[in-house]
Amino acid sequence: MITLFITLTLVFISIAIWQMIKIFDLTRALKGEKIDDSQIANDKDNRINARLMLGFLAFIYVITIICVVKYGHFPLITDAASDHGIKNDTLMIWTLALIFFVQTITQFLLHYFAYKYKGQTGNKALFYTDNHKLEIIWTIIPAIVLTGFITYGLLTWADVMNISEDDDPMVVELYAQQFNWKARYAGEDNSLGKSNVRLIDIDRANILGIDESDPNASDDIIVTELHLPVNKPVLFKMRSQDVLHSAYMPHFRAQMNCVPGMITQFLFTPNMTTEEMRNTPKMIDKVLTINEIRDEKSKELIKKGEEPLDPYDFDYLLLCNKICGKSHYNMQMKIIVESQEDFDTWISKQTVFKNSLIAQN
Amino acid sequence: MSEYIVFDKDHHEHHHKETFITKYIFSQDHKMIAKQYLFTGVIFMGIIGILMSSLMRMQIAWPEEPNIIFEFLLGKWAPDGVMDADIYLALVTMHGTIMVFFVLTAGLSGTFSNLLIPLQLGARDMATGFLNMVAYWLFFVSTVLMVASIFVEAGPAAAGWTIYPPLSALELAQPGSGLGMTLWLVSMAVFIASSLIGSLNYIVTVINLRTKGMSLTRMPLTIWAFFVTAIIGVISFPVLLSAALLLIMDRSFGTSFFLSDIFIQGEVLHYQGGSPILFEHLFWFLGHPEVYIVLLPALGIASEVIATHSRKPIFGYKAMVMSILAIAFLSTIVWGHHMFITGMNPFLGSVFTFTTLLIAIPSAVKAFNYITTLWRANIQFNPPMLFAIAFVSTFITGGLTGLILGDSALDINVHDTYFVVAHFHLVMGISALYGMLAGIYHWFPMMFGKMMNKNLGYIHFWVTAICAYGIFFPMHFIGMAGLPRRYYTNSNFPLFDDLADTNTIITVFAIIGALIQLVFLYNFFHSMFYGKKSPQNPWNSTTLEWTASMKHIHGNWQGKIPEVYRWPYDYSKPGYKEDFVPQHIPLKKDEEEY
Ligand code: HEM
Ligand SMILES: [Cu+2]
Ligand SMILES: [Cu+2]
Repeated sequence: MITLFITLTLVFISIAIWQMIKIFDLTRALKGEKIDDSQIANDKDNRINARLMLGFLAFIYVITIICVVKYGHFPLITDAASDHGIKNDTLMIWTLALIFFVQTITQFLLHYFAYKYKGQTGNKALFYTDNHKLEIIWTIIPAIVLTGFITYGLLTWADVMNISEDDDPMVVELYAQQFNWKARYAGEDNSLGKSNVRLIDIDRANILGIDESDPNASDDIIVTELHLPVNKPVLFKMRSQDVLHSAYMPHFRAQMNCVPGMITQFLFTPNMTTEEMRNTPKMIDKVLTINEIRDEKSKELIKKGEEPLDPYDFDYLLLCNKICGKSHYNMQMKIIVESQEDFDTWISKQTVFKNSLIAQN
Repeated sequence: MSEYIVFDKDHHEHHHKETFITKYIFSQDHKMIAKQYLFTGVIFMGIIGILMSSLMRMQIAWPEEPNIIFEFLLGKWAPDGVMDADIYLALVTMHGTIMVFFVLTAGLSGTFSNLLIPLQLGARDMATGFLNMVAYWLFFVSTVLMVASIFVEAGPAAAGWTIYPPLSALELAQPGSGLGMTLWLVSMAVFIASSLIGSLNYIVTVINLRTKGMSLTRMPLTIWAFFVTAIIGVISFPVLLSAALLLIMDRSFGTSFFLSDIFIQGEVLHYQGGSPILFEHLFWFLGHPEVYIVLLPALGIASEVIATHSRKPIFGYKAMVMSILAIAFLSTIVWGHHMFITGMNPFLGSVFTFTTLLIAIPSAVKAFNYITTLWRANIQFNPPMLFAIAFVSTFITGGLTGLILGDSALDINVHDTYFVVAHFHLVMGISALYGMLAGIYHWFPMMFGKMMNKNLGYIHFWVTAICAYGIFFPMHFIGMAGLPRRYYTNSNFPLFDDLADTNTIITVFAIIGALIQLVFLYNFFHSMFYGKKSPQNPWNSTTLEWTASMKHIHGNWQGKIPEVYRWPYDYSKPGYKEDFVPQHIPLKKDEEEY
């Protein structure tokens, strides 16, 4: 209803504008003013549009400021919760700074020149065809700046993507299917049992297609909620059983596609437990704001006789970020980062693969 | 070339017995074909594309509320006015496909390459009028197929405009991957055939049919842009055709080029050994050059329009040509930046980061040259000029965020979020749209012999310009806040609740932005029939098209084709009373060319 209302209002506004222009033209015609109907800009048009150009420059600046202020937590969603994420964020901040700087200056020059050099009858433009010095300067300066950024970016990339077995990472498989996630821990031996979707046996509850004859498989643990010990490197091995998905863990600055037919990987070290993250001032603020919004919505829902919304508390999430079908928008898994002890307690309560199979006779 | 045929009126009349069909439908005349592309590609498909985007935006802003508009337009796909999740994906896919391929590739190049290549080069028509007609009609067939696919029972293709398999390959994965996807693939195959024929024709025409004196370095930048665009198209479109054919094989004949080890809806499929990543490589080998196929013509048009309306030569003509060539070359070796986190070898990622960020250099040169062109100009704010300036503005804003997406380390965080949506809409979508609108306002007199109403043009421009930033600027920030793209609703993530009001504002801008296009449509059609008659050269432009007959005749010029004696940007040249010297005016004694 609201949409329809807004749409109709807008239609009426546009019709009104149009009619007003018509009336405006008509009255001028009635007053006997000579109308310039060549449809080519005259000095007056140039003056008006030149001023509007300045206005538009102001609009760009204002909308930038509004967005920056409203958005608040730079550079990305919450503080980075992984070791490499902190480095990534620094690179992001530098790049954003460069972008804002260049954006502010170039937009100023563009719109200010447009304003300043508006056409006037009798004026003539400067016949200025080229200037090699200038052109060389503004080829070289971007080249130098970019060299810096490319180097910085590539070093960071190499650092993030470099998977070294020396750190003795914990191996975890992320398994994607339409439309949910499973995680498989490698167990005591830290080595995942072999798997292939052809081995899936729903009747025996072998849902990930794990090779039962592989000794590495017997102590694997399959769960639907991802727990990670803090400050321990985790090597994720991604797999998908049907279409492409993408394991997106924005708080950890981590993302990797899950590709049927192959295994992809990503390594990171979470450095803040869920509890710690909940207690950062920024997060407390954010959760408060969100809960206010939800309260408002709940009130309306109750009025309509529906269930109110649950209050929100922060949790890390794994989202699907590659279009994968109907419920792509709701393919998520909770991630909990906790101390090593809490993690050990939790994992000891999970059933190992060997015992999770349903015997068949 | 000027020896071609000397047309006189009588000769012309008994030579071509024109019927309605040969004149308006199966026309081989480049000006008529240009208009056909304009109506089918730009106007018709443009309306559908924008309508779809409005529906998506309404869904994102007001996800749960029943909406009469949905019920009315989507029928069974919006039971009780609540949009179905599959249909959201279908809308995303069709909107993307239609905008990128139909409006901004075929529509943009088809209209302006056809109109301007012969007219600005001094040719009587395209190298082959017959193939030109064939290209248009193939495009028409592909349009019909694509539009028809919207109406199939299970809905149109819904795997995103990138149609990555396995989602696009398996009907089990989503309903849109059945007949809808088949039609999509067939339509695109026909489209590519059309595009190849068209591009070859443009290339041959530019190489062979330039009038006497029109050396390569005297070609207007529009022609350079169209020429290079056509070359990129010929190099990259065939690769998409192969990808489409292989995908058709996988879908219908059981091959496994892109598929392997799939378990879906309780069954194991037989596919083995293929790789979806192979498809991604093939797709983006076209897909990235494609964004330059969309952008370069707009760059060309903007150069022409900015020079003409600022009454000043374009600054650094040679640098502009060089940067077009550099961008074209680089654009074919950067496709991997769409694939940093697909599981591709990280080392390859480094290489693509390097080549991608290199593109920033020629792009920066272009932006600086445009800005310098405005310096000490005498700017005539006609509607096309406004759009051209706005083009530079969005090109800069959108281009700068490419520094983040092109940097593999940073792409990890924002890949496939709204940050990307913001980036490519500004730098490719809106910029190319502005270039196209600038072109329409600028050459409308050439196409229809009438002037468009400038005041409506001003309203159209300013509202559109505000809305474009209003829609896409905040999207960067919701993207940085982690909101993924192609989400039917965000209400399943309380995490994103604080972005909802921004999303509503974006939608309001989107609806206003869509409605204001009605002013443009009204202006377009009203001016076409009742507009003021245009003078011969309304913008006092230097290029050859304005010396041709305003009344459209076969062969373009009544008498001999004019010869060219100078470059196309002699605006405000010292020593002349007028502030422009057309290309066909011989140099004075002792006058330097520039
Ligand atoms: C009129 C203003 C426009 C609006 C309001 C708009 C809006 C949108 C929206 C809401 C999406 C879907 C975002 C998502 O859920 O992921 C989208 C996707 C897209 N749009 Fe636009 N759009 C507009 C114009 C254009 C233009 C001119 C182009 C031309 C290049 C374009 C190309 C695309 C593409 C390629 C996609 C991606 C489709 C995909 O994800 O597969 N749009 N647009
Ligand atoms: Cu998914
Ligand atoms: Cu690209």
